[in-house]
Amino acid sequence: MIQAEDLGKDFDGFRAVDNVSLEVHAGEVVALLGPNGAGKTTTVRMLASLLRPSRGRATVAGFDVVESPLDVRRRIGLLTEHHGLYTRMRAVDYLEFFGRAHGLPRQVIRQRAATWMATFDLAEAEGRRLGEYSKGMRQKLALVRALLHDPPVLLLDEPTSAMDPASAHQVRRNIQLLRSEQRALVICTHNLLEAEALADRIAIIRAGRLIAVGTSGELKRRFLGEPLMELRLAQDVDGAASLLPAGVQAAGAGSDWLRYHTSQPEVVNPQVLHALARAGVRVVTLAPVQRTLEEVYLMAVGSPPEAVT
Amino acid sequence: MTAVVGSRPSLRGAWVVAGREIRDQLRDWRILAPIVLLTLFFPMLMNFTARTAIDFVNRYGAPIIAERLIPFLLMVVGFFPISISLVIALETFAGERERLSLEPLLATPLSNAELYLGKMLASLATPLAAAYLGIGVYLSGLVTRLGWTPPPVLLLEVFALTTVQAIVMVAGAVVISSLTTSVRAANLLASFIIIPVAQLIIGESLIMFWGRYHVLWWIILALFLIGALLVRSGLQLFDREELLSREMDALDFRWAWRTFRAAFLGGARSLAEWYAGLFRMTVPKLGTCLAILAVALAAGYFVGLRFAAQWPMPADMLDFEDVRATLGANFESFGLLSGTGWLWVFSNNVRAILLASLVGAFTFGVLAVVLLMTPVGIVGYFAGNLAAVGEPAALYLAGLVLPHALLEVPAAIFAGAAILRLGLVAVSPAGGRSLGTSWLSALAEWARVMLGIVVPLLAAAAAIEVFLTPRIALLVLPGG
Repeated sequence: MIQAEDLGKDFDGFRAVDNVSLEVHAGEVVALLGPNGAGKTTTVRMLASLLRPSRGRATVAGFDVVESPLDVRRRIGLLTEHHGLYTRMRAVDYLEFFGRAHGLPRQVIRQRAATWMATFDLAEAEGRRLGEYSKGMRQKLALVRALLHDPPVLLLDEPTSAMDPASAHQVRRNIQLLRSEQRALVICTHNLLEAEALADRIAIIRAGRLIAVGTSGELKRRFLGEPLMELRLAQDVDGAASLLPAGVQAAGAGSDWLRYHTSQPEVVNPQVLHALARAGVRVVTLAPVQRTLEEVYLMAVGSPPEAVT
Repeated sequence: MTAVVGSRPSLRGAWVVAGREIRDQLRDWRILAPIVLLTLFFPMLMNFTARTAIDFVNRYGAPIIAERLIPFLLMVVGFFPISISLVIALETFAGERERLSLEPLLATPLSNAELYLGKMLASLATPLAAAYLGIGVYLSGLVTRLGWTPPPVLLLEVFALTTVQAIVMVAGAVVISSLTTSVRAANLLASFIIIPVAQLIIGESLIMFWGRYHVLWWIILALFLIGALLVRSGLQLFDREELLSREMDALDFRWAWRTFRAAFLGGARSLAEWYAGLFRMTVPKLGTCLAILAVALAAGYFVGLRFAAQWPMPADMLDFEDVRATLGANFESFGLLSGTGWLWVFSNNVRAILLASLVGAFTFGVLAVVLLMTPVGIVGYFAGNLAAVGEPAALYLAGLVLPHALLEVPAAIFAGAAILRLGLVAVSPAGGRSLGTSWLSALAEWARVMLGIVVPLLAAAAAIEVFLTPRIALLVLPGG
């Protein structure tokens, strides 16, 4: 649904985005992560045909972002970083304006607006001026605006940043629903938990370059190594690492703990337990060490996390 | 998920944008209050003023002042409400940028033309409606209280003038708003609109008190053309990317100098390469403008001839007795046949070209062409007068004008073409380049043509005019 090849953008000699290649399929959510100023918004704006790429090309829903900008804009729903609503308008009028800008008949606009407003618990506020809306309500209304024309592609910049936990949960649930309807979604976010929970794949961008793309598991393996196992021992053991079976290297050890990497825990873990039992070492627990996307992210963007023991 | 219905760019989209803006304006008391005041209170005040003035001037037997005052106030009543259109138009894009509501609007499938025209319509509709209503209120007072009804042509003129003035102001203001990052910056730049419009209103007032109402049609035509050029310019310059990505209105002199210098040098490493580039790259770009200037100068000459037929010079000014002796004395008194004379002629011509460039840069090149046509028109006028009294005009032209005109006219054509191109860049910048880059490149090309072609031609023409033309004139003109 989205195909970007070597996409690049320069502003007055400053390279904002460089060689970004990315594919997003129908029914897939891709989270775009990166520090402030990394080029996420610029990338999204190029995909939305709002900025012309300096290099490379991109197609959205089959249309080239440079050659067919209006066709692209008809097929994307863009939730912008700043919602910037028209504060003197009522929600219904606001949605009607954007619906008409997309060429929708009034009847369809009203029907869809009512449905989405109800979905996001805004139905009771539909007659209120937008200046009276809270931040979270504004963000939800902006999301309704992006969904109103039923676009097959959604580009969402920080979709839950201003929301309370309940509203954020509601939005996340709906994003999953939208994915199940075979829409392609790109989400720019700084919320790594949200990215991990929602995204099928994660793309990390730094200084304008896409430095990693993959599932959460793939990125963890790439940046943090194979899954890490930790053994807690019942007693202090000198040289416990030497008790590991052949082919298993200790990734760290203390007097009563031991860590090792393995790509096949279902095969290696029983071998380790067996070897330790044979040596008379009692094991309290054997469990994978939880590795977060935050660690991956910090490694990827060049600020490795402090060692965890 | 449904397929999205495609729609071609049309006025429909412009109306969608305009409709929202107009509804927004009608909810804003800061716009409504002055409009109501200027629509109802101000026309009534003008009505009262007109009646009082009529009573006063009639008492002293000067009814002509009242006759002229009433139509003048009609124009003023129409103008005041449309001045608000400037405020609205300056706010259009710059205001949306400041309120951060621009990006969602730009992300809609509305075309650039629909967005631009929608903003223009929105800025025009309310103030123009208020202006028409104000004129109506003023007129109804005049009809009921004084029994004065305007001549239909005058009324049509005032409506047309009000409308085109609003279009010009709004078109200019929307261009400014789409090129600035803040309302403050847009307001500062609005002086480029306010000052010329203020001058125009003074001029129109003089014309109305003078009673030459037919002249207003020419002003309406000129304003219509300027409005059309400004709208075209706005459509050409409207760029979603520029609107979104420009962060500040900072002057970058280093960038400006680099851009200008690169275009001026054209990659040349020697004077010969520079000259070769001038004729290989710059001059071909001027093709159409050169043709326009050649036609315009020829037209200027024929206009001069026609004027001579319509308004001939008084017979006593055309005394050709002993013309040779008079010419000789005149040549000396003008400082011809001397080095200082050369400097005077040369600097005068360069000054005229620079003045034409300056006015041309701000009038899409139009005034520059008119300025350059003027001396040719004067020559035509004199030639026509000479021919009318049976003098050999061709001989006079050959003796007094032709020798240096052979270089001066091409210099004027090249200069005018470069200025015209510089002015037209604002209407139609090169594809994919910003207005700043396009304008600086055109300025560099103007400088190349000036330094490489026009100035050397003018220097040589001045030398001929000072040292050669007088001698030829003394040789060939009759009466010797």
